Amino acid sequence: MSWLTTLIRPKISDSAVKSEVPDNLWHKCASCSNMIFHKDLTANLLVCHHCQHHMRIGAEERFTLLFDEGQWNKVELPKVWSDPLKFKDKKRYADRLRETRNSKKLQEAIQVAVGKIGGITCVIAAFDFDFMGGSMGMAVGEGLLTAARQAVAHNAALIAIPASGGARMQEGILSLMQMPRTTIAVQQVREAHLPYIVILTDPTTGGVSASFAMLGDVTIAEPNALICFAGPRVIEETIREKLPEGFQRSEYLLEHGMVDMVVHRKDLRARLTTVLQLIMLPNSPQLKKRA
Amino acid sequence: MLTYLDFEKPLAELEGKIEELRHLGDSAEIDIASEVEKLQAKLDKTLKTTYANLTPWQKVLVARHPDRPRCMDYINRLIEDFTPLAGDRQFGEDAAIIGGMGRFHGRSVMVIGQERGRDTASRVKHNFGMPRPEGYRKAQRLMKMADRFNLPILTLVDTPGAFPGIDAEARGQAEAIASSVDVCLSIRVPLITIVIGEGGSGGAIALATADSVLMMEHAVYSVISPEGCASILWGTAEQSKEAAEVMKITAQDLKKMGIIDGIVNEPLGGAHRDHAAAIEAAGNELWDQLVPLLRLPGEDRRLRRRHKFMDMGRQEVGRVGSKSAA
Repeated sequence: MSWLTTLIRPKISDSAVKSEVPDNLWHKCASCSNMIFHKDLTANLLVCHHCQHHMRIGAEERFTLLFDEGQWNKVELPKVWSDPLKFKDKKRYADRLRETRNSKKLQEAIQVAVGKIGGITCVIAAFDFDFMGGSMGMAVGEGLLTAARQAVAHNAALIAIPASGGARMQEGILSLMQMPRTTIAVQQVREAHLPYIVILTDPTTGGVSASFAMLGDVTIAEPNALICFAGPRVIEETIREKLPEGFQRSEYLLEHGMVDMVVHRKDLRARLTTVLQLIMLPNSPQLKKRA
Repeated sequence: MLTYLDFEKPLAELEGKIEELRHLGDSAEIDIASEVEKLQAKLDKTLKTTYANLTPWQKVLVARHPDRPRCMDYINRLIEDFTPLAGDRQFGEDAAIIGGMGRFHGRSVMVIGQERGRDTASRVKHNFGMPRPEGYRKAQRLMKMADRFNLPILTLVDTPGAFPGIDAEARGQAEAIASSVDVCLSIRVPLITIVIGEGGSGGAIALATADSVLMMEHAVYSVISPEGCASILWGTAEQSKEAAEVMKITAQDLKKMGIIDGIVNEPLGGAHRDHAAAIEAAGNELWDQLVPLLRLPGEDRRLRRRHKFMDMGRQEVGRVGSKSAA
């Protein structure tokens, strides 16, 4: 670096830093509008400490949060037929995909990793809502089928963590076909007598909720996540009625018998560990031996 | 009296003229018979060209045509001794999904289908063909029962989609659909689907994860209605025609993509002009699909069905890949 740049730069970056300070260091909660210091937010796993609003987090953050010592290995996902319809709305789907890949630094809406939770080998398939609303097309279907195959190969539990608006409309009927395809993934794990656990996060709707996401052996939901088949707006437009408070949220689903438990993000790892150990290690070391 | 769609105006005029001449019939001196014959020939030609060149959006309108044969019309004409079975044994009976046993070409089968109703009262009764969770749960119950008694299953799909309502959501619409797909993929008896009108999204696939999926020539099958797609991707439902185009929802497009297994030709001018012929054609094709499936061992059928869906869209990766490599 030349002396000139090192000499001039401080002035410019100084003013730049000043204006960036509030943006970077403070985060406004979308739910309660309170300001949260960035370090507090990270320490609290992106949950607002004022109102407990669970913000969306990415697949890799999920892996690090849930696997033992934050250690995991990414599973490579197969290439898929990426633009089956040569789809174009206001923009070409091929361009939209390329732009999203570049700006989000993600390949697709799903990532798969292998690791251990409480010492038990697990495969997690987690969604990135940031990638086109976590929508399900060929790539997501193939991701779940790959995850199931890995789970069976490793004799491991399969954990799915959806965060998705539903079908990837730009892939037309092929996106609908991911409903049976992901259901097959669940069946393969079931046939191997391995547990399939779902952690429903905000949002889980449409074709995703109406397939693999609702077929878990154990179903956990993060607090206040929107979980439904038809979205609230669609229902309001159809029946022209205001929807009840808390409708289609995790706690509502718990009350209506659709999920097993609602678990705060900070407790997820512990609850998951207990569930996995109960299923995968039926004989604990403390098991009393009877003569 | 037939209901005419907007693009059928020239047909309506011709048919009107023919009707007029026929009424004139006996009294007039002009050669009515030959005039009618001429007009009839012209009408047939117009019908043929119109229906051979329907745009995807026009197909949507034909698929939703108020006079189009419905699920019960098919059952009445194709199934003997039809014995409807009701209820999901958990909550209630949903008339949007008809289910029951009967004889098809003499073979006992289970028939499950979506019924939209025809007049106002029956449409309300059948909820316009939009099932609630109990409808899907009834379908699951009947599919499992069919599996136990080795009864092949025929499903007739005709729905705008699963019902989007408070009660449906409260009782777990998502779970009901997911479990239906799960059951479709678990059973060992033959499962054949025919989309007779509109195959609307998750509400359709819940009954259509089948060994063989057929579509009527002018039926449509899609992940979302063109109106829904347009309002989400374009921000206005006005782009519905364009959405119908790009979504590839016609039987012809879906056959090309390897999503469906066969197309049943409709009589000239669409199924609504000749119910008997349309339903007869559907019955023949359903039987032709069923016969070879009956010869397979049950477990083979299940695995074949599974692999069909697993492979869907996969074969294209190699093709597309090798093309770009060349």
